[in-house]
Amino acid sequence: MNFERVRFTKEHEWVRFEEDSDVVTIGITDFASSELGDIVFVELPAVGSEIKAGEQMGTIEAVKTVADIFAPVSGVVKQANAELEDNPEMVNRSPYEEGWFLKAQIANPDELERLMKHEEYQEMVGKE
Amino acid sequence: MRDLKETPFAEVHRALGAKMVGFAGYAMPVAYGSILAEHAAVRERAGLFDVSHMGELVVTGDRAKAFVNEVVTNDTTKLAPGDLQYTVMCREDGTVVDDLLVFVLDEDRVMLVVNAANIEKDLAHIRTFDMSGVEITDRSEHYALIAVQGPRSVEILRSCPAFAPAERQLADTAYYHGFRFVSEGGEILMSRTGYTGELGFEIFVPTPRAVALWKEIMKVGGVHGIEPVGLGARDTLRFEASFCLYGHELDDNTTPLEAGLGWVVKLKKESFRGLASLREEKKRGPRRKLVGFEIEGRRIARQGYVVLGDGDEIGRVTSGGFSPTLRKSLCMALVDRVSAETTTEYRIDVRGKTLPARMTALPFYESRAK
Repeated sequence: MNFERVRFTKEHEWVRFEEDSDVVTIGITDFASSELGDIVFVELPAVGSEIKAGEQMGTIEAVKTVADIFAPVSGVVKQANAELEDNPEMVNRSPYEEGWFLKAQIANPDELERLMKHEEYQEMVGKE
Repeated sequence: MRDLKETPFAEVHRALGAKMVGFAGYAMPVAYGSILAEHAAVRERAGLFDVSHMGELVVTGDRAKAFVNEVVTNDTTKLAPGDLQYTVMCREDGTVVDDLLVFVLDEDRVMLVVNAANIEKDLAHIRTFDMSGVEITDRSEHYALIAVQGPRSVEILRSCPAFAPAERQLADTAYYHGFRFVSEGGEILMSRTGYTGELGFEIFVPTPRAVALWKEIMKVGGVHGIEPVGLGARDTLRFEASFCLYGHELDDNTTPLEAGLGWVVKLKKESFRGLASLREEKKRGPRRKLVGFEIEGRRIARQGYVVLGDGDEIGRVTSGGFSPTLRKSLCMALVDRVSAETTTEYRIDVRGKTLPARMTALPFYESRAK
């Protein structure tokens, strides 16, 4: 896994961006998914809806607990991972690949600058 | 994990990479990997549980059975050595001190298997009775308790050399019966009981012998697909089978009649603590009752969430989860009995969203063989 184009939030979401595109992919980290344990449901915002950096955009139900998902960046939801409806456990199995949550068109690429790089995130969870 | 007691299996759990949590003062494994995979192992094959945190209180004396009969709501007088019974013990006002298993070891020796978090409270409660001619000893440190549960559990135990002296009893012992036998390292107690709704035994083994026995069961059970199972799946399994869990369906303010445990309250008994109140409650009808709900979708109604009957709060969820076996979001709830009689539409407030709920019979899940 190459994390060069991935940024992280304190709330354990990740955003992957591509060169020459304003559409990013969002999910939760390996650390978050293993802390939550078996995930049984992911509630995501509808396609076309707006998300705002730092605000709640969904919910994760795990066997033992429930957690909010926060938008790492602001934008418009372009696509949600429909596979998660029947197979939410993919988030546990493959948090950075098949277990992605949604794709969003971002409004302000500068927001990515405020997020953590992989090394910084690793350092943060190392202390948790 | 500081200040937590450890069971004899602490090293085993560490080696298996278990995720540990504090539970009732003990460091206990919540899962070794996936709760859902462990849940499935028990429903389909077999699982091995460390439940050594449970308390074992042994009452001895000629009057032991009669004494226990005064403490608990169920009728223990007809129990013979080797019999077990599920029951509760109540206060004078009918509220539940604890739910427990009564295991008659001898005519003059009865073991009470109680919840870990309640050991001290139970002992204090029991000591308020007339103790003349009986003695009660906390044997919780003496016994490690492991449970082997699942359709292949008995087959596995019968293949273990450690249980060779008990081969016949393993095959013949019926649900809610038990036996004891002497193995190397002391006497082992076995009961065909469990908290999963599946076939299985609970094994009370002297602490020094515990780890070797665990390893033997895991080794022999390997070809049968046995898995170590933590408290996470123990909870999802007992929830599907709709067994009460103290601190959820039962607590210091709940009566057994409210919690659907009328079947363990023998109101025809001459006396027991709480009898007068429970007779009265039975006559006028309990204030609340324990019911099951199914919620559409996969949101989970968790303990404490409000149940609405035609828009008004009529109760609270006691336990809830996405049932791995039934693939449904289910919950148990204590609701106002009278309101529930006239309610036409139920909803549950799941973190600010009121989701439609349909009342459904308990237990949610019942195995063909247990």
